[in-house]
Amino acid sequence: MNFFQRLKEGLRKTREEFSRHLEALVGFKREIDEEFTEGLEEALILADVGLPTTQYLMEQLGQQIRARGVRTPAEALAYLKEEVASLLGREVSPLNWAPSPPTVILMVGVNGSGKTTSLGKLAFLLAREGKKVVVAAADTFRAAAIDQLEVWAQRSGAAFIRHQPGADPAAVAFDALQAAKSRGWDVVLVDTAGRLQTKVNLMEELKKIKRVLAKEQEGAPHEVLLVLDATTGQNALSQARLFKEAVEVTGIVLTKLDGTAKGGVVVAIARELELPVKFIGLGEGIEDLQPFYPRDFAEALFTDIRPEGGEKQICSS
Amino acid sequence: MLSLLSERIQGIFKKLRSKGRLTPEDVDGALKDIRVALLEADVNFRVVKDLVNRIRERAVGQEILESLTPAQQVVKIVHEELTRLMGGGERGINWAPQPPTVVMMVGLQGSGKTTTAAKLAALWKKQGKRPLLVAADVYRPAAVKQLQVLGEQIGVPVFSWESQDPVEICRRSLEQNLPFPPNPVIIDTAGRLHIDVPLMEELKAIKEEIQPQEILLVVDAMTGQDAVEVAQRFHADLGLTGVVLTKMDGDARGGAALSVLAVTGCPIKFMGTGEKIGNIEIFHPDRLASRILGMGDVLTLIEKAQEHVELEKAKEWHKKIQQRDFTLEDFLEQLKQMKKMGPLEELLHLLPGLGPIKELKGVEVDPKEVVRMEAIIQSMTPEERRNPAIINSSRKKRIAAGSGTRIQDVNRLLRQFEETKKLLQVLTEGKGKKKKMKELPFPWI
Ligand SMILES: Nc1nc2c(ncn2[C@@H]2O[C@H](COP(=O)(O)OP(=O)(O)OP(=O)(O)O)[C@@H](O)[C@H]2O)c(=O)[nH]1
Ligand SMILES: [Mg+2]
Repeated sequence: MNFFQRLKEGLRKTREEFSRHLEALVGFKREIDEEFTEGLEEALILADVGLPTTQYLMEQLGQQIRARGVRTPAEALAYLKEEVASLLGREVSPLNWAPSPPTVILMVGVNGSGKTTSLGKLAFLLAREGKKVVVAAADTFRAAAIDQLEVWAQRSGAAFIRHQPGADPAAVAFDALQAAKSRGWDVVLVDTAGRLQTKVNLMEELKKIKRVLAKEQEGAPHEVLLVLDATTGQNALSQARLFKEAVEVTGIVLTKLDGTAKGGVVVAIARELELPVKFIGLGEGIEDLQPFYPRDFAEALFTDIRPEGGEKQICSS
Repeated sequence: MLSLLSERIQGIFKKLRSKGRLTPEDVDGALKDIRVALLEADVNFRVVKDLVNRIRERAVGQEILESLTPAQQVVKIVHEELTRLMGGGERGINWAPQPPTVVMMVGLQGSGKTTTAAKLAALWKKQGKRPLLVAADVYRPAAVKQLQVLGEQIGVPVFSWESQDPVEICRRSLEQNLPFPPNPVIIDTAGRLHIDVPLMEELKAIKEEIQPQEILLVVDAMTGQDAVEVAQRFHADLGLTGVVLTKMDGDARGGAALSVLAVTGCPIKFMGTGEKIGNIEIFHPDRLASRILGMGDVLTLIEKAQEHVELEKAKEWHKKIQQRDFTLEDFLEQLKQMKKMGPLEELLHLLPGLGPIKELKGVEVDPKEVVRMEAIIQSMTPEERRNPAIINSSRKKRIAAGSGTRIQDVNRLLRQFEETKKLLQVLTEGKGKKKKMKELPFPWI
């Protein structure tokens, strides 16, 4: 067998193996030994928690074990889940509403992370709560981005503000805000073009959108949501850091959790940057957006939940 | 500048001396850091584990280069290993013997399939082909429109059909009776999760129907540990032929590429390096290896030390020149060396016993020029590279189109090659004081 074949063989059952492995370890092991802690470490890394935060968690656990606060594998696992949940803020982090409407929400993120789709779902969620929502097509750059958003606006029954492709995105956002103000609408959702966080001029463009909104209304935007693909690895930290620096991100939408990726990097982001996750995306349908429950997420981080197994939702609501 | 160069020159003349061999302790120490680097670059945990074990086996007992520490020597071995792993496989496109060649783009949502499809179409169009784009994403709102807009921008036709069945759309795209049959046909499929059984079945049905020569998995360079899971499922269901790594213009280290490679064994064929249509590149394994390892300083150091090793290569070239066997490929290699080393004139001045050489005055290589030359030479057939005499005007036209340059550029390159060859022969055959250069171990002239 060559290297690849060997590796493939080894990797084939990684996922299944690994959660069963953990369960088995917890179930059958009476003592916490090296094999067990290594299993935990592996679980965290495979969930994209990243090495520094994994090491931090393992050290915390180590201290507990030495202090005899944690004695059995089951206790160790429970302790880690609790630690993760506490890093993530334990409770649901609600949207920040403007003291007087409209509330302005700006969606930002790298290319393809799910901004437009999440915005569509959010528009639907808010409309269902009885809010009047307007959607601003401030991605004037990507081919057919405006048409894509228009479909979502129709699906959710939101008003829709658009300019020509190539127009100034800040102007689109401004128009939507003005329209909302003059008509007494409750929420302005601004879709922006995907951009890599390292592109300085594109980040400047984003800052400008934010400035224009702030000038037009006190405290706007009230939420700047960074849309993060759960499949992303450690680069998500760079995304969170640089988007936060540029436009003071207030929260994260973690998308594509309906796949096999765990999105564990948000634990590292919470620890290093104190950014809460506000919503999670669980599919391409309009209802596939849910509030983020830290405890459920922590639970799922150590379990293998697959849609095939009938378990689709990571959050119980 | 000068002192740096002279340091390099001295380095080159230093004999390759062994400083002993790597002990297991040396290797283990270094591998700890490497493990951290690989995990931070998002290489899958299991892949890292396997790689580290494999390298341990390989590294213990190896000789340590004179100018490196044992740890650096290990990094060098790892770098070589990564480059080798990623460089394997046939990286060109499998063109069908009977056109059209059908290329199918598959991948997760948001990975960059549509943009990549358009970029490839533009690239191939520039090479004189007649691509057709097929809009088979019937799910995402405005996905068809997106491809149409891109097609318009690059002047490539886009096939779409009022149907909710992607299999039918793909079939019809191949059944059209066009005056100029398209080639290649590039199918843009909808993004989907690897665990979405009905949608994976749909891809299988498309594959059955259209029998593509290439099934390219589009992978976001930012992907984390899950990359193995994704690649494995797509490969198991479809039998991938290659990988395209997108969003490489950001600061992602791109370790996912290694994970994907490890589970599929498929070559990485292209890299997306920006939002513009022209931002697509042939994959460079050594560059990605450096990026994944991330140890910039150490790697520069190693590269310097590596120059010793190139002595061997230089000797080989020397022999080739004497046997008049010096090809365009050798020429390209030398240009690259020159780009690394700085202006030739300065370099030669530093050599003991050599005065200024009039022929080489002002010889300097513009890095951009090297890139262009590289493109031109790569567009030639192996036969043309060995024997440039056969390059007639129709061949020149093809080469220029293939490399996105002008015929003048091709002519200039050929002229420069001839001149260099002549100069080299003069130098190595030795006349007058230039005789001293007979043993000149220089790769970069
Ligand atoms: N499975 C799944 N797919 C999602 C989710 N959210 C978004 N997507 C899909 O991801 C792809 C990209 O989503 P978009 O909303 O277009 O992403 P974007 O960030 O607006 O992309 P750009 O504007 O091009 O940067 C689409 O195919 C979406 O349907 C999710 O939670 N789960
Ligand atoms: Mg979008």
